[in-house]
Amino acid sequence: MSEIRNFTMNFGPQHPAAHGALRLILELNGENVERADPHIGLLHRATEKLAESKPYNHSIGYMDRLDYMSMMCNEHAYVRAIEQLLDIEAPERAQYIRTMYDEITRILNHLMWVASNALDLGAMSVFLYAFREREGLLDCYEAVSGARMHATYYRPGGVYRDLPDQMPKVAESRWRKGKDLERMNRWRGGTLLDFLEAFCEDFVTKVDDYESLLTDNRIWKQRTVGIGEVSPERALQLGFSGPMLRGSGVAWDLRKKQPYAKYAEVDFDIPVGANGDCYDRYLVRIEEMRQSTRIIQQCIAWLRANPGPVILRNFKVAPPSRREMKEDMEATIHHFKLFTEGYCVPEGETYAAVEAPKGEFGCYMISDGANKPFRVHLRAPAFVHLSAMDEMARGHMLADIPALIATQDIVFGEVDR
Amino acid sequence: MLEQLATLAWTVAKIMTIVLPVTIGVAYFTYFERKVIGYMQGRRGPNRVGPLGLLQPFADLFKMLFKEIIIPSNANRFLFLLAPVLALAPALTAWAVVPFNDWLVLADIDAGLLFILALTSMGVYGILIGGWASNSKYALLGGLRSAAQTVSYEIAMGFALVGVVVLAGTLNLTGIVQAQSGGVLTWFWLPLLPLFVIYFISGVAETNRAPFDVAEGESEIVAGFHVEYSGSAFAVFFLAEYANMILISALASLLFLGGWLSPFQGVPVLGDTFLGQGGVHWFLAKTAVFCFLYLWFRATFPRYRYDQIMRLGWKVFIPITIVWVMVAGALRVSGLYGG
Repeated sequence: MSEIRNFTMNFGPQHPAAHGALRLILELNGENVERADPHIGLLHRATEKLAESKPYNHSIGYMDRLDYMSMMCNEHAYVRAIEQLLDIEAPERAQYIRTMYDEITRILNHLMWVASNALDLGAMSVFLYAFREREGLLDCYEAVSGARMHATYYRPGGVYRDLPDQMPKVAESRWRKGKDLERMNRWRGGTLLDFLEAFCEDFVTKVDDYESLLTDNRIWKQRTVGIGEVSPERALQLGFSGPMLRGSGVAWDLRKKQPYAKYAEVDFDIPVGANGDCYDRYLVRIEEMRQSTRIIQQCIAWLRANPGPVILRNFKVAPPSRREMKEDMEATIHHFKLFTEGYCVPEGETYAAVEAPKGEFGCYMISDGANKPFRVHLRAPAFVHLSAMDEMARGHMLADIPALIATQDIVFGEVDR
Repeated sequence: MLEQLATLAWTVAKIMTIVLPVTIGVAYFTYFERKVIGYMQGRRGPNRVGPLGLLQPFADLFKMLFKEIIIPSNANRFLFLLAPVLALAPALTAWAVVPFNDWLVLADIDAGLLFILALTSMGVYGILIGGWASNSKYALLGGLRSAAQTVSYEIAMGFALVGVVVLAGTLNLTGIVQAQSGGVLTWFWLPLLPLFVIYFISGVAETNRAPFDVAEGESEIVAGFHVEYSGSAFAVFFLAEYANMILISALASLLFLGGWLSPFQGVPVLGDTFLGQGGVHWFLAKTAVFCFLYLWFRATFPRYRYDQIMRLGWKVFIPITIVWVMVAGALRVSGLYGG
């Protein structure tokens, strides 16, 4: 008599729902998942070690490449750690810009999340709608930093440069002309803030559109309600943060509990779920997009009214302006020293965390007084969430695995680091 | 001898006049699908090959034909190559009994509906065998899912058709259409509304299309039963799937929307014009509406989970159809409809 064995299946790394380089070893009994064993490390790039081998200000770009869906939030944690060690603080305007861009990043990330979550569950259209909206926000990234993803916009002591007075327009070409071009440029007549304001006004209705396709959809509910339930106690024990924790009903948000940048000055709510299942986490993230829009609108109002410097005029940590460099020897020397040797940071250790879209993204940094960090450790929220995969997946069906991967909002850049 | 040869040639010619338009219909259905879904998603769809991208289906076809058919190691070679044929053959054969208008039909057999039911359930063998012969875990799961799904939806579909047979009093498809003659209100969609809806939804499930596409289940089991197929073997599966979709649409229009009958039949002014005449144009128009519904579903709905599909089929559709078959019987006996 032959022995009955469970079906072992490789889910990834080459799989449409693997969200990058996830390799999940599934033990299946029919379609029921008995065990889900995530194997990680396929995207390991030794970011922490790289950061330890370079001057402090050279590693900001690496942070973009960790969670490549929420670039500026990662930069924010790293830059704040350096600022804490140096005991400096960015000018107020820079803080507001950071707050605004953190929220733009949150919307970018959640749009990507709603897109891929819907695609994983088979709702293809939402994917393309969400990408349509992402385009406008990526243009805002491009307008301030020149890059659509890997911005390197936040610098110790402020941000790279002030918001542009003119939002770049889409140029006419063979493919973009006439009415199409007019539609694409309709918000781009004024400054970046004008563009963002128009975008926010429109975006709220777009979120309603996604909700009309998903929230009350019976199939969507059948696929998400009761899937991957995590109790609030267990969520805390597992070290969850961000929407994963709030979906379980724990009202924990670093923006409220340990305000940084200008989060104490702006008004917003943090949504929490009730049952801790995929559906609640979906609702939490959708509501967070609306709240982020509110924060952006408040930042726009403040930034309009209060011009000022966006980076410290302390040339030991922040570069002088380009104009000064052309005329002033001292400025040229500062610039050269800053971008070759960097600066020495007083001995000490610190931990700086931000509420990244996926949860608490933290940077733990030890300085031995040199121009390179002695140790950098990055706390990636998705790594912690992925560790709970086995527990969340047990007893569910194979088709729920994509729903779980999607609800955890995993990006392998930060899991593998 | 010569007479027999002439009959044979005539039959082959008749087969070709049906198979060729169906094949071209499939090619342009894929184009239509990409265009429709494209515009629903704020894109344009194919527009590079030929004017408006109209040659795209042929570009795809030639690409597929020139690709290598990769046979996985340890796969059962014979069954692996037999499976696509088994999927395609019933999908095309079923067209033999489909009447395009009151005289244009290849085989006007008395048990036409039964023949169609038999053939549409044959299609699953291709999928099941393909899934097993691939020697792949994803494909095996896809094949199993497809088999279970077809078995459960075949029942709901069968009961839905029983309602039609009760009202029409015949299994002959031409007869069924003629029994609906009279105008929009005498078509069977009205007395059999629940059966009509269930028939079409079951049809979507039978053809493994969204939101019931668990046999393919892109984000779960990659491409399901045809994950290991490439080149023209894959193209044959593809052809079978789309031919089945058009077949289900055609049947829905024949059985519930009066096939080639005009909706303006008997209406005073319009009834005498071209629009009032029944004909192939009405049949094609009605079929196209159902084909469009397929695409609309695909652009709108998330995918069901495998066990939820089973629940829907067994616990919702089958009870409703059983009840409505009784209602259809009552309608027939009371003389309100049919007879």
